[in-house]
Amino acid sequence: MKHLSGSTGTDLPVMLPFRPGAATWDARDWAGIATSKRFGLALALVLISWILVDSAYAQMVGGKSQTVWETLVKWTPLMMFGPQGQFGGFILNIVVSFIAMALGTFMGLWMGLGQVSTNRFIKRACWIVTQLFRNSPWLVLLFYFMLLLPFYINIGDTRIEVSGWAKATFALSLPIMANVSEIVRGAVGSIPTGQWESAESLAFSRTQTMWRIILPQCIKRMVPPWMNWYCILTMSTPLISILGVADGMTLTQDALAAEGRSEYLIPMYLWLMSWFFIYSYPIALWTRKLENRFAVNQ
Amino acid sequence: MTSTWTPDEPIVSLKDVHKSFGDLEVLKGVSFDVMKGEVICIIGPSGSGKSTLIRCINALNDIQAGSIKVEGQEVNTPHLDKLALRKKVGMVFQQYNLFPHKTAIENVMMAPVLVLKQSPEEVEVHARSLIKKVRLEGKEDAYPGELSGGQQQRVAIARSLAMNPDIMLFDEVTAALDPETVKEVLVTIKDLAAEGMTCMLVTHEMGFANEIADHIYFTDRGVIVEHGPPATFFKRAKDPRTREFLSQIL
Repeated sequence: MKHLSGSTGTDLPVMLPFRPGAATWDARDWAGIATSKRFGLALALVLISWILVDSAYAQMVGGKSQTVWETLVKWTPLMMFGPQGQFGGFILNIVVSFIAMALGTFMGLWMGLGQVSTNRFIKRACWIVTQLFRNSPWLVLLFYFMLLLPFYINIGDTRIEVSGWAKATFALSLPIMANVSEIVRGAVGSIPTGQWESAESLAFSRTQTMWRIILPQCIKRMVPPWMNWYCILTMSTPLISILGVADGMTLTQDALAAEGRSEYLIPMYLWLMSWFFIYSYPIALWTRKLENRFAVNQ
Repeated sequence: MTSTWTPDEPIVSLKDVHKSFGDLEVLKGVSFDVMKGEVICIIGPSGSGKSTLIRCINALNDIQAGSIKVEGQEVNTPHLDKLALRKKVGMVFQQYNLFPHKTAIENVMMAPVLVLKQSPEEVEVHARSLIKKVRLEGKEDAYPGELSGGQQQRVAIARSLAMNPDIMLFDEVTAALDPETVKEVLVTIKDLAAEGMTCMLVTHEMGFANEIADHIYFTDRGVIVEHGPPATFFKRAKDPRTREFLSQIL
């Protein structure tokens, strides 16, 4: 509990005063993560294991062919940005994660509000949808929507192609929607009933109470689990490679196939993995930091 | 919905009010009248239905039978205009229930701006005068978490007053406070009563009730056992239940 002590000088879980701006994040926090011991250690671990593999391999083959490092450098532009003139690679994974998160959050917010609705039908319907997508395997959802959604949409005379990654993004946004829905429901439920009562006695309508009083208080509680789901989503984006989308995973496999040498298997995947790690680990650390900060500071 | 109420009629009138939570009957036929400008205190043992009674008056709890009229308007009806009722009746809670993400002045301003759609500039002038009235000048921009219990409760009183109510309900407003901050809240209520505000208090502060109330009601097990002006109520209680309660407290 020591880390919770903060400025109160005690390690008891005391109620701290509400500090406006406590939720803001500035450059110092990023610097803190980048220079934190644990982050450095984890990063070093990844790099060392890779260098070990690299040097062991170089010794094995002698100076005849290109080193693993040269191979990685050669394929990096493709793995990172996709084939020339096309959109793909690791950047596509990040773009998919952004769009799926935005879409899932938007839908999940309304779904969550539906779950706390006073209308029994809406409440029930939103609960069923939430449970359905929360408890379905992501890969099954991906396949399902890949086959369910059309390849083309005709609007008048124009025919719009629905690309694979767009469909995959939509499919990935559904479990995010369901989990955000649960986050919203939980956060709304955790606000003391006294807040509802005092708002009611001041003649606020239910909608006003929800948007002006309850939800603003929920944001702090929702941000850490929401960020957690973003990390999980990002880690899950390589799933779309199974559906033939040219993401980082697919292109890594392509590069491996082009090289045709099984020795590259481990370093290549490790290379890709380290990108995901470097992208996600700061977010995970940030989430933990916010969780600790909000744990007693409600 | 035209109200024909005139100030010489009771401003709040309860007739045979019954309230149940499931099988548990909390109010078993409560009747009394409150005149405009009157201050009444409801006392009684825990679980006797005091808080429920006061919450029924602004329809936070519904009732199963009987009639509650506020300024001649029936509260126990499916066609109740809750907005109109709650503009007339202000309420202060035991746990203050301030909005923690808003400053003191924002707490006071919120309802008039959002509910009554008054202009923020006018509301702010009024809000500042209310903060002054509850003796919290300088605390306008403090968040509830930065204020003591007594200060928060006074902001809560100012917040209710911002709606210009005709009646104020106080539900054990000092029960959660440190003893040293109780007084500052009671002084605020006393000021209000002196200005002629109709006040209904549920309280355990017998000394305060004795000093401020025009009329005291003693409730036990869902009924009003005894009532009267403080002078007779505290000195010459007739009912054995009242006597027992008073002997435990005084």
